[in-house]
Amino acid sequence: MDLPRIWRLKSQRYKLEGSQCKSCQKLSFPPVQVCSDCRSQEIEPFRFAGKGSVYSFSTVYNPLTQFTEFVPYVVALIDLAEGPRITAQLTDVKPEDVSIGMKVEMVIRKISEQSDKGAIVYGYKFRPPIK
Amino acid sequence: MKRLLQPTRETGIVGYGAYIPRCRITAKEISTIWRGGRDIDNLPVDEISLPGPDEDVVTMSIEAAQNALLRAGISPDEIRAVYTGSESHPYAVKTTGTLIAEVLDIAPHTSAADLQFGCKAGSEALLAGVGLVGSGMADYAMALGVDSAQARPADELEYTAAAGAAALILGPATEAVAVLEGAYSYVTDTPDFFRRAYRKYPEHGNRFTGDPGYFKHIQASISTLMEEMQLRPEDISALVLHQPNERFPRKAAKTLGFSQTQLETGLLARKLGNTYSSSALLGLTAVLDSAKPGDRILMAGYGAGAGSDAFCFVVTDRILTMRDKAPDTHTYIYRTLPVDYLTYARLKGKINTGGE
Amino acid sequence: MRKVAIVGIGQVPVREHWDSGLREMAVRAILDAMQDADVRNCDALYVGNMLAGYLSDQSNLGALLADYAGLQVSEAVSLEAACGSGAAAFRQAVLAVASGMVESAIAVGVEKLTEHSDVSPTNGLATAADADFEAAMGLSFVAINALLMRRYMHEYKCRKENFAGFVINAHDNARHNPHAMFRQAIHLEQYQHAKLIADPINLLDSSPIADGAAAVVIVPAEQAKQFAQPAVIVNACEVGVDTLSLSKRKDPLKLGAVTQSTQRAMQTAGINHTDIDLLEAHDAFSVMTTLALEAAGFAEYGQGTQLANPATIGINGKLPLSTFGGLKARGHPVGATGMYQIVEAVTQLRHQAPDAIQVSDAKRAMVQNIGGSASYVVTTILERDKA
Repeated sequence: MDLPRIWRLKSQRYKLEGSQCKSCQKLSFPPVQVCSDCRSQEIEPFRFAGKGSVYSFSTVYNPLTQFTEFVPYVVALIDLAEGPRITAQLTDVKPEDVSIGMKVEMVIRKISEQSDKGAIVYGYKFRPPIK
Repeated sequence: MKRLLQPTRETGIVGYGAYIPRCRITAKEISTIWRGGRDIDNLPVDEISLPGPDEDVVTMSIEAAQNALLRAGISPDEIRAVYTGSESHPYAVKTTGTLIAEVLDIAPHTSAADLQFGCKAGSEALLAGVGLVGSGMADYAMALGVDSAQARPADELEYTAAAGAAALILGPATEAVAVLEGAYSYVTDTPDFFRRAYRKYPEHGNRFTGDPGYFKHIQASISTLMEEMQLRPEDISALVLHQPNERFPRKAAKTLGFSQTQLETGLLARKLGNTYSSSALLGLTAVLDSAKPGDRILMAGYGAGAGSDAFCFVVTDRILTMRDKAPDTHTYIYRTLPVDYLTYARLKGKINTGGE
Repeated sequence: MRKVAIVGIGQVPVREHWDSGLREMAVRAILDAMQDADVRNCDALYVGNMLAGYLSDQSNLGALLADYAGLQVSEAVSLEAACGSGAAAFRQAVLAVASGMVESAIAVGVEKLTEHSDVSPTNGLATAADADFEAAMGLSFVAINALLMRRYMHEYKCRKENFAGFVINAHDNARHNPHAMFRQAIHLEQYQHAKLIADPINLLDSSPIADGAAAVVIVPAEQAKQFAQPAVIVNACEVGVDTLSLSKRKDPLKLGAVTQSTQRAMQTAGINHTDIDLLEAHDAFSVMTTLALEAAGFAEYGQGTQLANPATIGINGKLPLSTFGGLKARGHPVGATGMYQIVEAVTQLRHQAPDAIQVSDAKRAMVQNIGGSASYVVTTILERDKA
């Protein structure tokens, strides 16, 4: 059970908290300690709004073991409206209905659980907007 | 003896939100699997809502609460309590409320507690929230009724055990879309339905859940509240009752002297089944979605064990500007993905994969 | 820095080696390489491995293998760069000898993927990606490549069948490689109907995971003539590095680390694309072959699959590719793969390949080993000793 990691990553998983460079305004997700553009170490947290579009996607049939119960599931690279690209699962959508460029919004879902006695990992996934 | 529950500070609902997962299985499909379709013309509901593979009480709560926050327009950190009523919390020990509070930026300056009382855990949370705000201890509190109900394969309960979430933010009446006029709670010890610790599925007393359970308690709470507040059925715009199926609330409404029209807007059971702790609360959100200022709404939850909480709200002008700020209840009711029994069994963990 | 040469090679067949552990396979490859070079000892041992700690509960491979191979070494250490671990160890051995720190070194790549009671190799391979933000979201390593393939097909309006030529070529060559895992030809229809692993990647787009070990002996080039086998000179061995996550790259279809390492290698060796007689590419997935060929400059961006025909990549083609079957058909024992590629290229340059897959008059080979989704890339230029 990876309890410290679940706890440590909650701002990213629950709130899509990345970072912004104070010097050149570059946005990053996940957060960085050094700006990848200007090398500044003046970095502050930045909360992404959770809207974006699909850059690429794949339906997974051979999962990592802790994702077996979700197969088949769709993973995607998503271009966030603010700029950075993020890796996440898509949910509430059939694989055949996903397309590149499709608009998506963030929701909080169950990501994985090691077993029925382990901690449950919750975090961001993306779905077609509800309205 | 004053039996009516009334806050010292005028209190109301300042934000409300619904969430219903999109999977649906028809009662007909269940009947075909377990009863050879012999009761197909006499099914308690048409279909039930089910959580997707990555949904549970936590995730459903979060979306309902987000919708409530969108409508309330308040800063989440002003909320001082997250009360989550459910009989299907994902953890037996570890609070659902802390997760909701953390995700929604309500934490850390808040209390959080999970409540359970059969299907009325949601209305119990509402009452607790009213208490906190109505006493002046806090300006805002969030109450949730959420469930992903369990039913043993082939049990009659499978026809109705559904999933949903409703969130209400309680606050000062001056900011409310619906102001609480009064509440009343009624409990007796009645073993009509229960689930023992460590058991996966509940037990129930079949027809015993009717008269001594649902009808006795819900009729007592509604009639006492009306009596105390000197209300007659014609004073009420909409009646919302806990809805374990479609027949029970219809019969109770009739006995209490209400017309079926008064019940209609808040009666969702035919399309959703029994969403347990969210059942009455989702009825309320559906009524608020189309209510007019001045409407008086009576709502009563029922929980096995047994008890009923009844509430009387009056809708304010603020409903007109507030309700479109988040998806309404019917957006979720109409967003459906039909599934067959095998998929349902998989989603509900009814397939034994050989684990402990 | 002085030039170095490869004077001994050893390998075990790529298989599911149920009866051999990590150490038996690695020691076999090391002993074979030393026998091939006819040496009794080497000064240093560099081990390329990705998952021994994860799947075999075994770290600290340098000391373990030096001991079991009976070596008296001044250094023995293991290097990890996901699927690029083999080349990482090779490069370290090259640098150690080239710098003069040691007079001889062994590089061995070894991987034991069939050793897992509680954990799955799929989970192990996913550790090549970002654990917190890719694998933790459910991305297998195949899925990451599938994201690339989908985007490639979308952006370049490329059909899935266009990739088939790489796969067919690899299997065709592997038929003649006794060390290969899959020694049967495949046809377009089989490719089209292979089952999906991570859409659009199917079973035949992917290299099979397996056990294996391969090793080389490296000495200073000026001493190479003392050895029995025809020496192969390491003319360049250069690295490129990119972000671990695909999501952090501006254009994920342009593999920057491949471009960097290829350009550096060609510059160091003083050659250009037309000087290369054969290419051992990192064909872990057919989309990776394509992207790497483009980024290395063998094709324009978006045109990589046009190379996937026998006239171009066949044994008698302009750029023979994956001549012993590549990762696709020889098999992909992860941390050993980079060493198999070197061993195979050396075999070609010694003109010791089986006739059917010997590239005629092969003088110069390029070997490219890729770690992760091209986050760590090593390009090596090998040349048959002119003497």
